[in-house]
Amino acid sequence: MRPALILGLCLTGTALAAGLLSLIWTPWDPTALAVTQKLRPPSAAHWFGTDQLGRDIASMLMAGARTSLLVALVAVGIGAGVGVPLGLAAAARRGGALDGGLARLNDLIFAFPALVTAILLTASLGPSATNAVLAIGLFNIPVFARVARAGALSLWTLDYIRAARVAGKGRARISVEHIVPNIASLLIVQATIQFSLGILAEAGLSYVGLGAQPPTPSWGRMLAEAQTFVTLAPHVALFPGLAIVITVLGLNLLGDGLRDALDPRLRGRLT
Amino acid sequence: MARYLLIRSFALMLSLLAASVVVFVAIEVVPGDPASYMLGMNAAPDTVAALRDQLGLDQPLMWRYLHWIGGMLHGDFGTSYTYKVPVAGLIADRLALTLPLAGLALGLSTALAVPLGLIAAAQRGKALDTVVMGVAQLGISVPNFWFAMLLVLLFALHWQVLPAGGFPGWSDPVAGLRALILPAVALALPQAAILARVLRAALIETLAQDYIRTARAKGLNRRQTLTRHALRNALIPVLTILGMQCAFLIAGAIIIENVFYLPGLGRLIFQAITQRDLIVVESGVMLLVIAVIAVSFVTDLTYALVDPRLRGSA
Repeated sequence: MRPALILGLCLTGTALAAGLLSLIWTPWDPTALAVTQKLRPPSAAHWFGTDQLGRDIASMLMAGARTSLLVALVAVGIGAGVGVPLGLAAAARRGGALDGGLARLNDLIFAFPALVTAILLTASLGPSATNAVLAIGLFNIPVFARVARAGALSLWTLDYIRAARVAGKGRARISVEHIVPNIASLLIVQATIQFSLGILAEAGLSYVGLGAQPPTPSWGRMLAEAQTFVTLAPHVALFPGLAIVITVLGLNLLGDGLRDALDPRLRGRLT
Repeated sequence: MARYLLIRSFALMLSLLAASVVVFVAIEVVPGDPASYMLGMNAAPDTVAALRDQLGLDQPLMWRYLHWIGGMLHGDFGTSYTYKVPVAGLIADRLALTLPLAGLALGLSTALAVPLGLIAAAQRGKALDTVVMGVAQLGISVPNFWFAMLLVLLFALHWQVLPAGGFPGWSDPVAGLRALILPAVALALPQAAILARVLRAALIETLAQDYIRTARAKGLNRRQTLTRHALRNALIPVLTILGMQCAFLIAGAIIIENVFYLPGLGRLIFQAITQRDLIVVESGVMLLVIAVIAVSFVTDLTYALVDPRLRGSA
């Protein structure tokens, strides 16, 4: 295995483990206030110090990992769950009404960056983590639709797919039985990329107040709250940022590594 | 080319129309009664009635939509409920900051990414390539608003060479520009990392083509082949990314404005959300969406100019 893939697995695994562990154990209660302990630098008791309300930053980071990963994961699920079937259906009848409609829909969704969708949702429904999930998920739909369509189109011209047609299989059945397994690696790689973009987007949305609301711990909101205290205690802003970088970097390395490992034809093209 | 232009323009109109319906429905239909939403639970009934009247909420939906679109076409974006001034003027004031910021960031990211991508492609597999791509990998993993906070810590608070935030206006262009340097750098670096990676990949693909071998065989040196033949042909994927980056820069500028307390379009929209000033949100968001659609339109046209083969595939 390539070193980048191993490093990616380790970094992603760390974030995932921290998030999962926070379900049963954190060093301190991530929401417990202790104003007398505020803005303490890192120590043996508080590994990453405490924030402006005396909360343990390490515990908040662990709980925040859960929010970040969950939001990004569900957003990838929405994108793949809606986008892949759309892309497959469009490719199955290339040039058909659905294909044309999908192209227009893609154009439309691309006109609404996740941030803009989140602004619209928040303006009309009020802020929540659900809005962030929806906004990022919607933006993921055309991405997956494009990848699935492009991957499927090249397969539809191949002999074994034609043979399956001649054998009497319907387009939907061929899509599920023959196309999906063959574009799975493409989709997995895309999912990793969208996952890492989702974490960045969630952080950005929470930072400007359009994502997870208090008391749900969130890396982006930790940074927003830290901004006022950054001169007094830089560690308050340092660690949440590092947590985001480590997770996103891990997923990016994982995506690159998986692409190379799963598809030898692509080896060395982009890295 | 004329036919291509016509088809793309039609698609542009269609996108704009669909997008405007989405924005209108989200802001004016989803909240139920926008007037009571804007005024909150404790508003007096006659205040709500007055606002309903001002917003034309008693008119049919179709009429309100056409009225809004018609107004926008004439430059009338309505009157802000909190600021009591025309929204068009408010937005124009804020764009005087957001547009230069996005432009500065775009220029900076291109100026950084093109040489880095060229160097990495030319030195493929060597130490310099590994270093440049390692930095780029890190660059795309850093959230720009956190990077902005680090820049403030270093350049504004530690070394005190640049302002930490705020905007003095353009009456003193040097001071105005100084206030935009850190925000622009924060916006540009992650984008430059993406652009450098794409350029390198495109160059490496192009360098494997037969005509590059021909160019080398007829006596051009590596540098000439790279800049004269490879770079030009690697431009298509780079243009795609540049077009997409414009959209991300506009969205990113909104977030970065919050780090530096810059009075741009983004802060206007966020303040409007907090104050429930839906009139400002509606027009502000529509303007953002128009900008994104317009940029992708221009990108499409640029493709056709750069690569004549694409003109037929509209």
